[in-house]
Amino acid sequence: MSQVKTKNLKNFSTSADRFEGSNLLCPGCAHSIIVREVLNATNDHLILGASTGCLEVCTAVYPHTSWDVSWIHIGFENGSSAIAGAEAMHKALKNKGRLKQPDLTPKFVTFGGDGATYDIGFQWISGCFERGHNMMYVCLDNEVYANTGGQRSSSTPIGASASTTPAGRISYGEKRNKKDIMAIMAAHGAPYVAQVAPNKWRDMVAKVQKGFSIEGPVFINAMSACTTEWKFAPEDTIAISDLATESLVFPLYEIIDGTKLNITYRPKNVLPVRDYLGAQGRFKHLFTKQYEYIIDEWQSRVDAKWEYLQRREDACV
Amino acid sequence: MIENGWNQFEIGSVLRPFSGEVSDVSVIQPEDRLYSASNSFSVSVADWRIEKPLFKKELCIDCQFCWIYCPDMSIISRDKKMIGVDYDHCKGCGICVQVCPTTPKALLMFPEQADEEIELAQWPKKETQETKEN
Repeated sequence: MSQVKTKNLKNFSTSADRFEGSNLLCPGCAHSIIVREVLNATNDHLILGASTGCLEVCTAVYPHTSWDVSWIHIGFENGSSAIAGAEAMHKALKNKGRLKQPDLTPKFVTFGGDGATYDIGFQWISGCFERGHNMMYVCLDNEVYANTGGQRSSSTPIGASASTTPAGRISYGEKRNKKDIMAIMAAHGAPYVAQVAPNKWRDMVAKVQKGFSIEGPVFINAMSACTTEWKFAPEDTIAISDLATESLVFPLYEIIDGTKLNITYRPKNVLPVRDYLGAQGRFKHLFTKQYEYIIDEWQSRVDAKWEYLQRREDACV
Repeated sequence: MIENGWNQFEIGSVLRPFSGEVSDVSVIQPEDRLYSASNSFSVSVADWRIEKPLFKKELCIDCQFCWIYCPDMSIISRDKKMIGVDYDHCKGCGICVQVCPTTPKALLMFPEQADEEIELAQWPKKETQETKEN
């Protein structure tokens, strides 16, 4: 298989997409930007899985499919184990010499939303990582159950107004902080865990290719700005993603072998978290006298996290 | 497959995105692929659009930002050149216009019913439209 050239965007733009249009994702959805960047990162054969979520529901509407490669969906929780099973079967048939094309090295990738990753499918993912399958799990983290109408998930950040944690006179919305899925997956001793954002395409493609080259389970947490539930105009998807990475609300880093942490993107000018929150309708209520203290709390939390990441990178532990 | 209803779908059957044999789809561009009727490529979402992006070739610097950030595979790039917009699959989100770095922009949004020739002829000389800060 020929190596994909990602030296610059012009070279990368010669790739042929294996994900098709006319899927039913919202206009401006970041999911398909992430899927394209992952799929175009390799020219190898792909075997894909999906957990129930926006991506699965919108790309496999009977009688149509938007996938040009092998793709399987079973349930909400077991996108990871479906692909782990396919990978185990591939390995077994290879060992028995029963593969028709034994020299092919297909890549096993599965996509899940944050609901399927942080909450419902967590046990299955944990199992796959413990067994050490040679697969990649990509979490499309839009911080809400967007497919079913915007219920909070354990990825929803403090202060966000979701349909089950609505903001109003007596509540500022979600009260619990986002689960630190990166630390949890790294604690499994996974060889590679990385956080990516679609607006930083070079960083993302490099991490995905690194993940493909590594033997063992790889976890990728991709921020996916949701135009419908975060409540911003569809054309602003990349602008909002930029705000998230520049304000360090969503820092881009990787953890190798569960210990060695590298920060892969350092913004030149760090923007205040206020800019990121102000651009989205789900945080509109925070800009009132009553709830303004949440923004300051948020800023100090982001600063503390960034400080922690830098210290961990320096300490190499 | 399409003639049958979803409840006549046999267990274990597969929806094939291509008709006939496909060797390596990762190096075949869409115009050379034999899509089957089950592929969502063969249907159109053009009626989702309220505004459409129009492309002025002379202003384009082929940076490919629109290609990488298009969520609907609707920016057609061949041999490192941006050659146009696929209006069958474009949903009119406007990301391509937002990420276009030239001044004036090589891509702008116009109402769906706007006439392409007229709009291309009177393309804004300077940045007249309010552009949001990226």
